[in-house]
Amino acid sequence: MADRATESEFTLDTAAELAAAEPESAAIRGRSPWFLAWRRLRRNYIAFAFLALFFLVLIACALAGVYARDVAHTGPNTNHILEIVKVNGHSQSVLSSGGYISKSTGKACQSGQTDCILVSSLPIAPTWFSGGGKFVLGADQNGRDIAVRLLYGGRNSLIVGIGSSAICIFFAVVLALLAGYFRGWADFVITRFFDLFYAFPVVLLGIALGSALAINGFHHWGVNIQSGSLWIPTLVISYVLIPYVGRPLRGQVLSLREKEFVEAAIAQGANPLRIMFTDLLPNIASSVLVFFTLIIANNIVLEAGLSYLGAGVQPPTPSWGTLITDGQTLIVTRPWLALAPGIAIILTVLSLNVFGDGLRDALDPRAKVKVEH
Amino acid sequence: MAAFFVRRTLGAALVCIAVTFIVFVIFIVVPGGDPAQRIAGKNATGQNIINIRHSWGFDRPFYVQYWNMLKKMFTGELVSYTSQQNVLQQIKQGMPATFSLTIGAGVIWLFFGILVGVIAAVTAGRISDRVITVLALIGISLPVFWLGIIARYYLAEGGATTFFPDGEYVPISNSPFQWFWHLVLPWAVLAVLFVGFYGRVLRGNILDTINEDFVRTAKAKGLAPRRILVKHVLRTSLIPIVTLFGLDFAAVLGGGAILTETVFDLHGVGQYAAQSINNFDLPPIMGVTMYGAFFIVSFSVLVDLFYAYLDPRIRPT
Repeated sequence: MADRATESEFTLDTAAELAAAEPESAAIRGRSPWFLAWRRLRRNYIAFAFLALFFLVLIACALAGVYARDVAHTGPNTNHILEIVKVNGHSQSVLSSGGYISKSTGKACQSGQTDCILVSSLPIAPTWFSGGGKFVLGADQNGRDIAVRLLYGGRNSLIVGIGSSAICIFFAVVLALLAGYFRGWADFVITRFFDLFYAFPVVLLGIALGSALAINGFHHWGVNIQSGSLWIPTLVISYVLIPYVGRPLRGQVLSLREKEFVEAAIAQGANPLRIMFTDLLPNIASSVLVFFTLIIANNIVLEAGLSYLGAGVQPPTPSWGTLITDGQTLIVTRPWLALAPGIAIILTVLSLNVFGDGLRDALDPRAKVKVEH
Repeated sequence: MAAFFVRRTLGAALVCIAVTFIVFVIFIVVPGGDPAQRIAGKNATGQNIINIRHSWGFDRPFYVQYWNMLKKMFTGELVSYTSQQNVLQQIKQGMPATFSLTIGAGVIWLFFGILVGVIAAVTAGRISDRVITVLALIGISLPVFWLGIIARYYLAEGGATTFFPDGEYVPISNSPFQWFWHLVLPWAVLAVLFVGFYGRVLRGNILDTINEDFVRTAKAKGLAPRRILVKHVLRTSLIPIVTLFGLDFAAVLGGGAILTETVFDLHGVGQYAAQSINNFDLPPIMGVTMYGAFFIVSFSVLVDLFYAYLDPRIRPT
């Protein structure tokens, strides 16, 4: 394999890269596809910048407890209805009494203004950093610190997003391996199952399951899930994308199944499980990784949507979806309550999408195909 | 061809039945509250509930209940547990709004999706491609209901400015102008996600196709670049877009735009579904599920047929 003549015959990108990277005299060492992919990825600064952004969000959300304790001095579900905070040396109550508020400025109505609405109470506006770390992004109608809730909500959204993606990927991979390896009736059943899923209003079912389980929890077959548990949205979201991942992976496994190395493994007497997980799985691992990244992005958005409809994370537990829902009621006077969680979702999802794209370009040699002008 | 049609139609019907059966079973298994109790109301006596259970048939075995529900669904007699309104009537009421939303948004997202994809692919690597790629990525990263809320606040009557009307659906027979004006924001919001997605897919397809042999042949023949792009490259690259569009369009038509319909309060089929789900109202959920599955399944047959027309190499099987 290390013979240069055979490699130049193939004119593969990998071969060209190997040749370019090594001085003429040096012997060519074998390099794994992962190494080559990593080298391609390393040159993609944009993908890395967005990966860094994702980790930043991840770290910020992981430190939610520290922020709550040491900066904001409050918890995510603590009400501060009657409290007064000092902002720039002035005392401000967290919840002011309501009244007529101008729609266009968000301030109290002057006489003669026409675009006024009556609000029952008005939470404190974002203090940014002039409030000593308190109510940086303002408060909601219960006087809860939105910045704290945003971080805790992010943590829950990420747990649900990543957890559901992991479950989804697990089932998709197992089904794809079973269908692709055994073919025949196993493939038939699994493919029909995927087909059925395509016609199934999965989101509708997700909403139905989410809201049904949100009230009573799940207590069957020895499984006990309390009604407010994050497991409910995680499990409900996890199955939605299984066919979208499983189907392309099955195709890959089917074509790998025809390769000589599988035949060799069978001839050696390896059992199906071993072939599936040590021979086939590593060969689809790169696709799985890309899918995983992109599905986390998708599931975070899905969680937000379910929570908006009341079928996802249940109040008072914060998540980015529930925060947007809460913020909607106060959007005229305090638009930041809805803006902040939305921006958080966009940044997180965008970073995952951009990184996922870069990862795919790096792992898929075809990505080097460029247009000729 | 006839065999294809018969087989696909049978398969489609089977899928629809299977889908409703699964939904039914799930609602029996998942504790969503006793429907008899919901019908009886808060202050019902025990005897009252037992009477309702008997007269509505909740004490029968679940397969009998399912069969009865299926029968009612096809005769149009399905009645909601909570509001006791006819489900078919309610779906029919929601259809104009859902259809208006879907058709308008579909036209927008297909047109701009193709436009954006072609521009990005033709100028691949240049600044317009970069800008479009970034915008498309942002587009697919936006939560649609958040975009709707923000659009309403900044552009419609509820919020800072009063440029657009705030939500609600106006029938086209009442006032075509008001119908259009009320739907502009929902159309745009719903289309954003699809435009980004289609643009990305199409860009990739075009870049793949450009390197195909038949394009080189066309170039060698001396065809004009525009002709190559439209007749050879675009025709091939649009095939996967046809599938995507068919299935997405069907999903939205079948009440899939639940979030957009809810945010803009359009009273379409999707919103009806969301409301029924919140009430654990099984009959409407069954009805909407059947309705949605019907569109998805029949559009997938249509897509296959159209596929064969676009790509002579494929025969419908």
